[in-house]
Amino acid sequence: MEQRFLVGSSHLSPEAQAKKHRLETDPTARTDHMAYLPDMERIDSDVMDKVIGQMKSYDPAAYTAADVKAALEHDTCSIEDFKALLSPAAQPFLEEMAARARLETSKHFGNTVYLFTPLYIANYCENYCVYCGFNCYNDISRMKLTMEQIEKEMQVIAASGMEEILILTGESRGKSNVEYIGEACKLARKYFRMVGLEVYPVNTEEYRYLHECGTDYVTVFQETYDADRYEQLHLMGHKRVWPYRFEAQERALMAGMRGVAFSALLGLSDFRKDALATALHAYYLQRKYPHAELSLSCPRLRPIINNEKIDPQDVHETQLCQILCAYRIFLPYVGITVSSRESARFRDGIVKIAATKVSAGVSTGIGDHESKYTGKETGAEQGDEQFEIADGRSLDRMYEDIAGEGLQPVLNDYLYV
Amino acid sequence: MNNDTWTLGGREFRSRFILGSGKYSLKLIEAAVRDAGAEIITLSVRRANTRDQENILDYIPQGVTLLPNTSGARSAEEAVRIARLARELGCGDFVKIEIMRDSKYLLPDNAETIRATEILAKEGFVVMPYMYPDLYAARDLANAGAAAIMPLAAPIGSNKGLATRDFIQILIDESDLPIIVDAGIGRPSQACEAMEMGAAAIMANTALATAGDLPLMAAAFRQAIEAGRKAYLSGLGRVLTRGASASDPLTGFLRD
Repeated sequence: MEQRFLVGSSHLSPEAQAKKHRLETDPTARTDHMAYLPDMERIDSDVMDKVIGQMKSYDPAAYTAADVKAALEHDTCSIEDFKALLSPAAQPFLEEMAARARLETSKHFGNTVYLFTPLYIANYCENYCVYCGFNCYNDISRMKLTMEQIEKEMQVIAASGMEEILILTGESRGKSNVEYIGEACKLARKYFRMVGLEVYPVNTEEYRYLHECGTDYVTVFQETYDADRYEQLHLMGHKRVWPYRFEAQERALMAGMRGVAFSALLGLSDFRKDALATALHAYYLQRKYPHAELSLSCPRLRPIINNEKIDPQDVHETQLCQILCAYRIFLPYVGITVSSRESARFRDGIVKIAATKVSAGVSTGIGDHESKYTGKETGAEQGDEQFEIADGRSLDRMYEDIAGEGLQPVLNDYLYV
Repeated sequence: MNNDTWTLGGREFRSRFILGSGKYSLKLIEAAVRDAGAEIITLSVRRANTRDQENILDYIPQGVTLLPNTSGARSAEEAVRIARLARELGCGDFVKIEIMRDSKYLLPDNAETIRATEILAKEGFVVMPYMYPDLYAARDLANAGAAAIMPLAAPIGSNKGLATRDFIQILIDESDLPIIVDAGIGRPSQACEAMEMGAAAIMANTALATAGDLPLMAAAFRQAIEAGRKAYLSGLGRVLTRGASASDPLTGFLRD
């Protein structure tokens, strides 16, 4: 376990400290991350084998400049072409890749850029994922909003003009159960045109219930597709079960959700392999569920409360740009979301090339929209943030900036039917 | 040529350019109406479902016919619901049916489209179905009460032109309904060719929306469509596609 991820534990009881230390240092103290827990649904699917087979056989160093040039000349980008575009050999061709990516983006999305904002309604978490600010051992202020507080937050956000919301929680079935999330979705339908969810993975029937509550899009980040690496970073809790998480999007689609979103958290493992697996996860599900709307995100590691040292490792902006261009060329029809983890400068640049959705007016804390949006000290209790954001622009500002770049900001292009 | 109009849902139109809805902006609508002469503008109902300060409905000029579409629908039932919502929103009785069950190519599902056409035509909508150019589907759509048939030329947004040319020609030859070529028209010359073939009108969006100079491209489409239409009316289109007439009669040798 790399020390760089670990947060202090002096606030914990001696027993908790000992358990944390054991989990961190002794692999045999940890559960089997490939074994489903009794309440976890299994589905019959070959998508995981396909994705992992491709990822394992991928050798980024095997591709040459000639492979990259050939990939850029092909009308349709094959999986082999995509592998070349993700390889180190493609880095000198970044400008050419950006030009091709921009062409594909404009064919499928014109010059539109969609805007949304996340709303964290609880930050309790039962998992120990070492890099995450919400991890159960991190000494942060915890909070779960009541329905009244959620509605207040939604009113503040809706008043800013936002029409699409992404509801998030920490991953705690105990503190934030499915009914709680469902009630929040029902509230969100009153104030927003489109409601997405980014919560812990659930079973098909639970996704169906959440769909009926008004949500149509489900985001689940796999963090890393390298299951062995995953095991070393997700030391405890439901989230530790890697295959159940992998199948979340498919269960959501089986439950009638319109769309699903994918991502690896770039910087946790070999980012080229993770990017390959992320895109192939979407690609193979599209072949199985052709009607599904798909979207990719590209989060990089960020500093968290109690650990300023966490960073995206070898995934610099250049590499991130290369990944996003490769995504766009391989999957011209998928949405690409770039969050406020990235700087305003990077986001302004990438929406002209590949990204189709950006967040604005973002807080990753709990219950602090009124103070953040209005500047008023409300005195209300607030929960701490999941990670530090890098682009704090408000909706108005983002709208103006996008329009100023000659692009068209769009607040909604969705209908719940 | 001066009286060359066509009729849809009891309304008479002179322009044979219809603006599609994929990529929207105020500038695009202005250019389409002013420079391309559009009298019909498609409106994506899901996109109009907004509180946005740039609500598209506010920008549709007086006298222009709104054509709401059902984009986002994955089944006949969803298309019907969206069409009814469009009517409630005050968009009128015209509706373009788009039903896609493929997020990659956005190809229309003909079977679902026929079902939706039947339901909506009975409810008094002027139904304009977007379809894959298949003769049987076109006949079924006509029987189901469609007001026009809108075959795709190529996948939406692809700018690939008349990839389905021969099959669209069959629909033009065999259907009594106006054939409006939709999707895939990437340049004015392709619009011109479709008009030469006998299409009643052309729908385009991406070709304009992504042009460097919007008004100039809009004007180019107008001229291309007019040129193609004149060629069709002159009989030239038939001559070009079905063989030229010989200057000496081929059967001149016959004596009785």
